[in-house]
Amino acid sequence: MNKEIYTKPFFKGNPITVLVLGICSSLAVTVQLKGALVMALSVTIVTACSSLILSLLRNTIPSRVRIIVQLVVVAMFVILIDQVLKAFAYDTSKMLSVYIGLIITNCIIMGRIEAFALGNKPWPSFVDGACNGLGYGMILIIVAFFRELLGSGTLFGLQVIPASWYLENGGWYMNNGLMILPPMALILLGCVVWIQRSIQKDLQEK
Amino acid sequence: MNTNSNTYTVIYTTVLVVIVAAVLAFASSALKQRQDDNVALAKMKTIMLAANYGQNADGSADKNADFMKLYNDHIVNTLVLDAEGNVVEGVDAFRDVDLKTQFSNLKKGQSVNLPVYQCKMDDGRIVDIVAMYGAGLWGAIWGYVAVEPDGETLCGAIFDHASETPGLGAKIAEPAFYTQFRGKKLSASGEFSSVTVINGGAHGSENGVDAISGATMTSKAVSESLEQWLGAYKAYFTNRTSAQKQEQPCCCCDEAECAENTESNE
Repeated sequence: MNKEIYTKPFFKGNPITVLVLGICSSLAVTVQLKGALVMALSVTIVTACSSLILSLLRNTIPSRVRIIVQLVVVAMFVILIDQVLKAFAYDTSKMLSVYIGLIITNCIIMGRIEAFALGNKPWPSFVDGACNGLGYGMILIIVAFFRELLGSGTLFGLQVIPASWYLENGGWYMNNGLMILPPMALILLGCVVWIQRSIQKDLQEK
Repeated sequence: MNTNSNTYTVIYTTVLVVIVAAVLAFASSALKQRQDDNVALAKMKTIMLAANYGQNADGSADKNADFMKLYNDHIVNTLVLDAEGNVVEGVDAFRDVDLKTQFSNLKKGQSVNLPVYQCKMDDGRIVDIVAMYGAGLWGAIWGYVAVEPDGETLCGAIFDHASETPGLGAKIAEPAFYTQFRGKKLSASGEFSSVTVINGGAHGSENGVDAISGATMTSKAVSESLEQWLGAYKAYFTNRTSAQKQEQPCCCCDEAECAENTESNE
């Protein structure tokens, strides 16, 4: 099996920074690391499992209803994840609200199924789906790290910026309110793309 | 086999959909109980927080508090009232009353079911916890207000929201905002009146609290929803007040006592 399947989604072919897919959810769920982590895991499970199932079914799917069959399988996994979160992690599921359901519309999943799973054997498809989900999650975690640290002064809900630094306690520091709002996620995402393109020159347009 | 024939396509999709439906139905029925318990627990939590139970010293929710036990220990009775303050029989306040439906009934002037949770405080006095629900700037806001036995002093309040702006309107769910309601009065110059959220600061007013700066619309929405809902409960509270005055002319429920109760719970 080609080694690139494992490495490409993290850098050279990252779904967010290179393919520019899944932007909506990466703006919406990156206020806190906890939400970003749950979202990353959910997307990874959905892409990996639906790629696996659809790759197993790939020779039997009638080509005229191909997209609908894909959607049904993806939707099944998304609803399952939503139900499990509601039962076992109610607070997180309330925090992520509609965005778990919206995984169905995440282009990364359909993109990987169409581009890879339908033309490859089950195991490589599973790996491809999982690595793309993790590549997406990696960017989510990077953005959420900065947003939570600078916007709320916490990481995973734990206070990391000393309370005595804050203005109201006689210090000099204030949380950046803009970090909590979605526009800042887009700016941070832009910075990530910028850094990646300055390292990896062949991505730059002439 | 020809995978493009109509018969194949129809049979294929039917079988697929039936299998997926079976999986989802199984998952849903297996997890239903746990999900319902979670929703009920979240509701018990907000109700108990309104009466200042299960809070840390700064008023935020205590992560280790067992809200189900608190609810079962302290909520001695639940009532459902209509707009005239009469008890509606056969309706359970906790299970059967959907605040969103009641809110639209209230707006249209139709008959309403208003839930009341009677909470027995540590010193034995019974505090009424009543609900409110309204439209914020972006989505629904809701909360519970605990009223002392005199029917006019607030013991505590709690608010939550669906999608107010983080860092601005979302602050209604933070202790700095809702702890302000403790000890406020539901009366102005002898008349029943709601507590108002005042832009520009309440300056120690007896029935006003400070609005959140930068969140005028959400603050106003809290104020208006409170007025609407407490107005609907008015008949009930006025009865409580007059009954109280007949029983014991001296009322001794003040803010200090309320704060004491919170401390003794920790």
